[in-house]
Amino acid sequence: MRRLAPLVLALMAFLTVSVATADDSKRLRIISWADYVPADVIADFQKETGIKVEVTLSNNEEMISKLRATGGAGFDLAQPSQDRILGAQQEFRIYKPIDLSKVQTAEFLPDLVDTVRKNASLDGKLYALPYVWGTEGLVYNGKKTKIADYTDLCRADLKGKVAVRLKRPTLMAFAFASGKDPFALYNNVKAYSALMDEVGKTLAACKSNFRFFYDNKDQLLNGVRSGEITAAMMWDSGGWNLGRENPDIHFINPKSGAIAWLDTYALPARGKNDAGAYAWINFTMRPAVAARIARQIGNFTASKGADALMDPKLKAQFAVTFPDGLKNVRWYPAIPPGLEEIEGKVLDRIKAAN
Amino acid sequence: MNHAAHPSTDLEVNAVEKSFADYRAVDRLSFSVNRGSFFSILGPSGCGKTTLLRMIAGFIQPDGGDIRIGGRSMSGVAPNQRPINMVFQQLALFPMMTVGENVAFGLARRGMGKAERLRKAEAMLERVSLGGSAHKKVDALSGGQRQRVAIARSLVLEPTLLLLDEPLGALDLKLREHMKIELKQLQAAFGTTFVYITHDQSEALVLSDLVGVMNKGRFEQLGTPQSLYYDPATPFVAGFVGANNRIAGRVDAMASGLATLTTAEGWTLEARTKGDVTVGQAVLAYVRPEAAVLARDPHQLPGCRRSHSGRVDSVLFDGANSAVLIQESQSKVEFRIALPQTGQFSDLVPGETIHFAFDGERAVCFAAGATA
Amino acid sequence: MTDAGPLWMRRLLLGLLLAPALLWLFLLIVLPHLDLALVSFRERVAPREYVTSLAQYRTFFIEPLYWQIFVRTAILSVIATAVTLVVAFPVAWTIAKIARGRSAALLFMVCLIPFWVSETVRTLGWMILLRESGVMPALLVKLGLVASPPELLYHDATILVGLVYTSLLFMMVPLVSSLESLDNALIEAAYDLGASGFTVLRTIVIPHAAPGITAGCIVVFMLTLGNYLTPNLLGGTSSQWFTEQIYNQFITRFNWEQGAAFGFLLLALSTGMVWLGLKASGQRFADVMQRA
Repeated sequence: MRRLAPLVLALMAFLTVSVATADDSKRLRIISWADYVPADVIADFQKETGIKVEVTLSNNEEMISKLRATGGAGFDLAQPSQDRILGAQQEFRIYKPIDLSKVQTAEFLPDLVDTVRKNASLDGKLYALPYVWGTEGLVYNGKKTKIADYTDLCRADLKGKVAVRLKRPTLMAFAFASGKDPFALYNNVKAYSALMDEVGKTLAACKSNFRFFYDNKDQLLNGVRSGEITAAMMWDSGGWNLGRENPDIHFINPKSGAIAWLDTYALPARGKNDAGAYAWINFTMRPAVAARIARQIGNFTASKGADALMDPKLKAQFAVTFPDGLKNVRWYPAIPPGLEEIEGKVLDRIKAAN
Repeated sequence: MNHAAHPSTDLEVNAVEKSFADYRAVDRLSFSVNRGSFFSILGPSGCGKTTLLRMIAGFIQPDGGDIRIGGRSMSGVAPNQRPINMVFQQLALFPMMTVGENVAFGLARRGMGKAERLRKAEAMLERVSLGGSAHKKVDALSGGQRQRVAIARSLVLEPTLLLLDEPLGALDLKLREHMKIELKQLQAAFGTTFVYITHDQSEALVLSDLVGVMNKGRFEQLGTPQSLYYDPATPFVAGFVGANNRIAGRVDAMASGLATLTTAEGWTLEARTKGDVTVGQAVLAYVRPEAAVLARDPHQLPGCRRSHSGRVDSVLFDGANSAVLIQESQSKVEFRIALPQTGQFSDLVPGETIHFAFDGERAVCFAAGATA
Repeated sequence: MTDAGPLWMRRLLLGLLLAPALLWLFLLIVLPHLDLALVSFRERVAPREYVTSLAQYRTFFIEPLYWQIFVRTAILSVIATAVTLVVAFPVAWTIAKIARGRSAALLFMVCLIPFWVSETVRTLGWMILLRESGVMPALLVKLGLVASPPELLYHDATILVGLVYTSLLFMMVPLVSSLESLDNALIEAAYDLGASGFTVLRTIVIPHAAPGITAGCIVVFMLTLGNYLTPNLLGGTSSQWFTEQIYNQFITRFNWEQGAAFGFLLLALSTGMVWLGLKASGQRFADVMQRA
């Protein structure tokens, strides 16, 4: 072993040197969702600042896991959902606080900043800024069926024609549909566990209705397009997109309320280009840029001035789905650590049920 | 053996032929093998002997003709249904089984109970002097022992016919000599009809009752080892069976089956004619090395014979098979003469002039270009 | 003196030659496993606070759910391995013994073609073929075998089909190599001694090919057991693969401790099954691995 030690050190030194030679200030590594960082925006940003953007596609869980594995290194900017920040930060310390003096705060919608402030602050420090928001509701093919609430997915006539994700939003939706408020029980582990068990039983009992649990958006989109799936839980932009392709497909706000998510900007604890990250935040919150991004994602942005520039068709669809605005919509509060484990077991049981 | 009262044929091959693409491996061949005899098929590689054997075994279907074993036609009979067994060139003992299991393999296929077949296998091994080896691994045996296992494995099934495909080819010389004798003794002891394939004329001569010399898909000659050796029917047989000096010449005169021929260089010798030979014809003469006698003084040669002389080229000492290579003075043709076993002439040195003579009756000549 | 020098010098030289491989082995295989082993014996008691415990392993044995997934994965892997063997054997036989030259190479190529695309693409291809609105169900309807297009996806049988497809090559390679080394004369000798085709297979071919069969089975079993994508994409709403559970624990539950413990249980399972397989077939690991 003693003979190996110098070799190991030499190897590590070599790797460190080769990595460090890339100029960190000219490189911005973003871990984000699909479509969130459009290529044309990257090109414009590079033209203006000379910073090259590298994107890694991911989802909430992977983002946290990847940052956890490195202690918050490897990326300069992350885009987790606002409810998934606090717990992860308490447990793994993977983010650094936002320095508001470096941000054009005036560009943000104040309501959304407040929501983030409420859910993603720890010890008086803010760890995120809002980016894009949307809702998850129901989609159905009006030619074949009609549904109004999450529980309708378990109707006998929809056997084998439904798709949901086997993830926590589905548990939340069915909890609300059963008349309870899971968010209110977030800090009451025992009651929350009981509620989840109940929801788990409901979902397990209606398992024959689920054709599959979808894992990627294309699987669901293809299912609905081909007619194999006639009703599903879905995110709004996907539902509206399908509605534009086929007027029979409707995206609705369920009776128990759509669940709203808000994705953010967050700075990984050991990011190497904070200046670049702030530059990107300010660049993408400019109304014109933000509107462009929002159009591509199909959702709404946190940029104040972008609303006026949004696609009128999308606005019309929004008005149909949410005639009363966002009154009957549930915003995710921050998840305390440990809840995922409870939900995980419930999800496993649903999957294993016959 | 129990049919010994009226010897009959165990194998009949009638006008069998087989071609591969444009190559004729076996060419309308017919012969029969008597019960209890040792029959060899001798030929160079590529002569079709292996194809013939595999047709008899049933691994290859003939294009035409009929093969009858024990009087029964074998057309449409699968190899595992034929009353014959085969000893393969590389023996093909099953390495995953013990010696005993190898020998009992065929018995098991006949549905014989385990105890019974192991007892029979052991008895068989006893007969080939391998008693007590049943539990051994195949690769723990010597080459000769494996040979005997391979034969025992076949003979235990008491086949009408045992086919042997150059089974001694893989052995070294000494063991081969020894196994030749052993094979002969085994065949005599079991009385099974053997059909033996080889390219080694010595094996064929030593072992067989009858030998078929095969060339280009046909038999050149079918006869006893003695007749092949002393009375070859074709130049091919003369050249292939045993050592022979070959001399090309033209016939000058003929008298009572004896031709006088002269080579292009003017060397004159005598040989018995075979087939149609006329005066003036080009011929090939064959003289066995042991047919000639040597003398330092030409007067010591038998008087009645034509005497020849030559210069000693080299002396090939090989014990009882020692010979001297002589360059005939007239023609400069190389001529091989066996040294007498008495040790006489063992002091010959290269360059020395020597005289020799042979009986024309013990040499043969064929019309050149008949079949070379 | 052409000798390589004193013994210690030759040893040093050998050590230096092996150093990159050993380093690789140590840094990328041994170290991470040691770390995972340590993690698997931890339990989280409060945020950022851990104690050493067997809780993760206890959970596995107490919670029937994990047991079921574990056993299910093992059983399906064994079935997939067996089916792969049965499917691959005739093909391997054809390549090794019947096809000659070009056609043998061509056959091998056909088996290799699926590996020109990634596993994801291959699996998605299966999905396109088998889904209700896909090619196969439409074909079945057209042939009049069924009235309405059946859903061929999302069954355990579908997982098996996908796994077998993915594993075929890994079974074929050792099978072909072990069958090629079988002397045809042995087969003919067995026939000659009165054996039927089946007996030849049972008494000669299979014993001879045993190291190759075992090697293929070990490789396929391990690949299948450790597969993630195929069972995940082709499986139905009730199908969980154990690797999926490990992924879930690590990535979506942030429960590295549980994930690590599951990982080691899977390692134990595959080691145990390989040992059992070797025992049952009477093979030695070293012999078998020379085939693989």
